[in-house]
Amino acid sequence: MLKKLIWQLGPLLALIAITLFFYAADQVWGEGNFWSLRNLRVTMGSAALIAVPAFGMTIIIISGGIDLSAGTTLTLCGTVFALMLKAGPEAAPDALFAADSLSLTSWVLVAFAGIILTGSICGLINGALISSTKVVPFIVTLGTMTIFLGIGQILAKESTVYPPNENVPDWLSLCYTGKDAGKYLLPPINVSGSQILIPNSVLITVLLAVAAGLLMRYTVFGRNIFALGSSESTARLCGINVPLTILSVYTLAGVFVAVGGLLYFADVKNGNPSDGTGKELEIIAAVVLGGGSLSGGRGSIIGTMMGALIITTIRSGCGLLSIPNTYTLIIIGGIIIIAVVVDQLRHGSPEWFFRFLRCLTSVFRKEKNVAKN
Amino acid sequence: MASALLEMRGISKRFGPTLALDQVSLKVTAGKVLALIGENGAGKSTLLKVLSGAHRADSGQMTISGRAYLPRGPQDARNAGVAMIYQELNLAPDLTIEDNILLGQPGTGFGLLSRKRQRNRVKHVLARVGLDHLDPTELVGNQSVATQQLIEVSRALVSDAQIILFDEPTSSLPQKEVAQLFETIEKLKEQSIGIVYISHFLEEVREVADQYRVLRDGQDVGAGNIDEITDDQIVSLMVGRDVKDLYPTVPHQPGDHHLVVENLSGQDTPIDIHLSLRQGEIFGIAGLVGAGRTELVRTLFGLDYQSLGTVQLKERPIAASVKARMKAGFGLLSEDRKGEGLAQDLSIIENTTLGSLKPHTKWGIINLKKRDSAASELTRKMEVKAHSGHQAVSELSGGNQQKVAIARILHQDAKILMMDEPTKGIDVGTKAEIYRIMGELAAEGRTVIFVSSYLPELLAVCDRIGVMARGKLRETRQADQWTEDTIMSVAISHEAFPRSDEQHETTDPEDSNHADSEPSV
Repeated sequence: MLKKLIWQLGPLLALIAITLFFYAADQVWGEGNFWSLRNLRVTMGSAALIAVPAFGMTIIIISGGIDLSAGTTLTLCGTVFALMLKAGPEAAPDALFAADSLSLTSWVLVAFAGIILTGSICGLINGALISSTKVVPFIVTLGTMTIFLGIGQILAKESTVYPPNENVPDWLSLCYTGKDAGKYLLPPINVSGSQILIPNSVLITVLLAVAAGLLMRYTVFGRNIFALGSSESTARLCGINVPLTILSVYTLAGVFVAVGGLLYFADVKNGNPSDGTGKELEIIAAVVLGGGSLSGGRGSIIGTMMGALIITTIRSGCGLLSIPNTYTLIIIGGIIIIAVVVDQLRHGSPEWFFRFLRCLTSVFRKEKNVAKN
Repeated sequence: MASALLEMRGISKRFGPTLALDQVSLKVTAGKVLALIGENGAGKSTLLKVLSGAHRADSGQMTISGRAYLPRGPQDARNAGVAMIYQELNLAPDLTIEDNILLGQPGTGFGLLSRKRQRNRVKHVLARVGLDHLDPTELVGNQSVATQQLIEVSRALVSDAQIILFDEPTSSLPQKEVAQLFETIEKLKEQSIGIVYISHFLEEVREVADQYRVLRDGQDVGAGNIDEITDDQIVSLMVGRDVKDLYPTVPHQPGDHHLVVENLSGQDTPIDIHLSLRQGEIFGIAGLVGAGRTELVRTLFGLDYQSLGTVQLKERPIAASVKARMKAGFGLLSEDRKGEGLAQDLSIIENTTLGSLKPHTKWGIINLKKRDSAASELTRKMEVKAHSGHQAVSELSGGNQQKVAIARILHQDAKILMMDEPTKGIDVGTKAEIYRIMGELAAEGRTVIFVSSYLPELLAVCDRIGVMARGKLRETRQADQWTEDTIMSVAISHEAFPRSDEQHETTDPEDSNHADSEPSV
C-alpha cells in the first residue's frame, strides 16, 4: 500500500529531488537566488504557462489521443485576443452591444469569450475530424497544426499584433512579474515578515487544476474518458458513446488551450501566431513527466502540474547557475526519457529491467572471472 | 526405453512470495507427444517460459540429448532446437509466407537473400507439415488461422527444431481445422520430433498425446501413459480433489416467453433470425466458428449493425443501439475478454461499474464510496480473488478476469445475459462456478444466452439449444433432444443436404466468403 502511494507521488518526489538539487547547487556555485520569493514566483508563473494547456492535453492523452495542434492553437488564441484588444471597445458591432456604454472591462470580457470560442472551435474541429474519419489523432492534429498556424498568420497579416498598453487590463499584465501587490487578484500573504504574492496566473492554474481533477475523478464523463483510453472497444461494449466522448474531449481541451493562450498573451503582451510552433511538445512533455501514458488510460492532472513545474524548475535552476540554454535543453530531454523509463518500470512488467540487471551482473561476473584467470 | 530428447529435473522458479514451479521434472521423447495438463496458474506457462529461455529457473537442470541446456533467451532456445508455438500467432500478416518462415534466418552472406535456394528450403518445410499445395509468395494474412499456425510450425522446422512446444494450439482454431493440426502433429512424430502439448481439453489430449504430466500449484502431481488413466482421474489430479460434478446445475423453471426476435439480420451475418426466449431459461447457441454466433449476440446487443428485423421485450420493440438495448436489460459478455471485455489497465471496481455509473451519481458527481462498495459486494459474490478492488484487472488470472466481466453485467442488472464463449481459456474449477452462476441467474428469472464451441458444456447446462450455420439459425430443440453428433451434423450439414425452406440460398452473401470453412468430408 505504502509502495503504491510512493509510486503515485512519483512526479512530486521527482520535483522535490530536482528542487533540492538546484537549491544545493545554487548554494554552492550560484548566488543563492534560487530559493528567493521572486524566483519561486517567476518559476511558478512560467509553469502555469505550460500547465494550463497541458491539463487539456492530459485529458486528451488519457482518452488515448494526442493533440499536436495545441501549440499553434494556443498562439492563434493569443493572436485573436491581441487583435480584439488592439481594436478596442470601439470595434464592438453596434448590433450586439450599445457601443457607447461598453467599458474597457466588459470589452476584455468579450475578448475573453472570443478566445474561449476560438479554442473550443479548434478543439471541435480536431475532435470532429478524429471521430468521423477514424484517422489517428496524430495525423489529424499534425494537419490542423499547420492549418491553425496559417489562419493565425492570415489574421495577424503575417506580422506580430501589438495592442496598445492602455487596452491591456492591469490584472492581466501583472500576471507574472510586476511588484504592485494591490493589482493581484489575491491579497499578499504575510509569513514571518515577508510578503508572499500569488501571481494571478498561478491562481487561475490552481482553480483550473481543481476543476479538471474533479471532472476526471468524480464524473461519469471523466471515468468514460479513462475507459476510452484504456480500451476503446470495451468502452463501446459498455454503451459509452465513443464519437461524442472524443468530440467533447478535444473541445474541452481546446478551452484549456485558449486559457493558456490568454496567459501567454499576458506574458508577452503581443500576438504572434508562429510563436506556438514547438510548444505542443513542451506541453506533451509535461503530461508525460506527470505520469501520462501515450497509449492512453493513464495520467493525472496533479501529475501534469508537477511535470510543468519540473520543466520550469530545471530551466530556472540552470539559468541561475549560468548553464547555457543549449545544455538546459539536453538536460530536460534526458529527464523526460528517464521519467518514461521509470514510469514503465512501475506500470509495465519490469521483466526487461530484471533481464537488464541480469545482463549487468553476468557481464560483471565474466569480468571477475577474466580477472581471476 | 527410448532415450530422452529433452529432460528437465527439479526445476524450481520463485516469483516474489509465490513458488511458481516446485521441483518439476519432465521428459520428452523423440517422436512422442507429451501432454502438459493443469489448471490456469498451475505453472504450465512458467514451465514453458523456462524451457524457451524467457525465464531462468532458480534451480534444477535441463538437458537436450544429454547436453546441458541453459537458455538465456528465445534465440538460445531456437539454436538448441526448441521452438514454441504460442496461443496467439506470431506472424507478420503483411509479409509473404516464405518471408515469414525465413524471418530471423541468416542470409547467404552480406545479409543478402538468395531467393531460389531459400524457396527450396521453404517448400521443403511446408511439405513436412503437409502444406505442399501452398504458394509461398502469398500473404500470410490471407491464410486461415489453422494454416497460419502450421506456417509457424514450418518456421520452427526451418531452424532445425527438435522439440516443439504447443501452448493451447486449438483454442484459436475452428473445430474442423483442429483435425488438420493433429494430422501435422502425427507427421511431426514420424519425423521423430519431440512435442509438448498444452491443452485444457481432455478429449483433445487423449487424441493427440502419448504421455501426460499434470501440474498443480507448481508441483508435479502425476505422470504416465495417457492410455492408463481416465479423464476423471486426470481432472481430480488437476484440481486436487474429486470433482463430482463438472456441470453443477441449479434448478430453474423457464417462465413466460418475453424476448421475441423476428427476422433479425445484420451486415453479413446473422441472417433472418427468429427467436423466442423465456424468462429463467438458458438458451445455448452452437455452431462452427464463423457461423455467425458472435455476430448474432453482438447484433442483439446493438454493437453490430442491424439491417433488418425487430427485437421485442415484453411486446415492446427496442431500438437498435447499445444504449437502448442496455437500458432494456441486455448485457453482453464479450468473447474477447482481453481486448474488448475488460479495460485491462483499469481497476476491478472501475471495470465492474463501467457503463452503469448512473445509480451512484447525483448532480453529475459520482459517489465513489457508494460505487466502490457496490462493486466490492458483487466481486465478493462472484468470489473474485484479488488483493483489493483497486487492483488492475490485467494482474488477475483469466478465470478471475472473466468473473469481473460477469460482475459488470450483474452490476448493470441485465435481464438478458448474453455470454459469448464465457469458459474459453478458463480452468475446470472456474468453469464449474460459471455454470453454477448461469443456473442461479436463470433461477432468478433472467434469460441467459450461452454461446459456445464446446458441445458437452452446452448439452449439460442449457435448457434449449439452437444450432447456427452460415449465419442462420438452423434448428432449435430442447437440450435433451440433441446429441453432440446431431448438433455437429446440423452445423455442417447445410451444404450437403440443402433444406427445402432455404430462401436465401442463392443470395446468401456468406456463401462465397465461407468457402474455406467447408466441412472436409
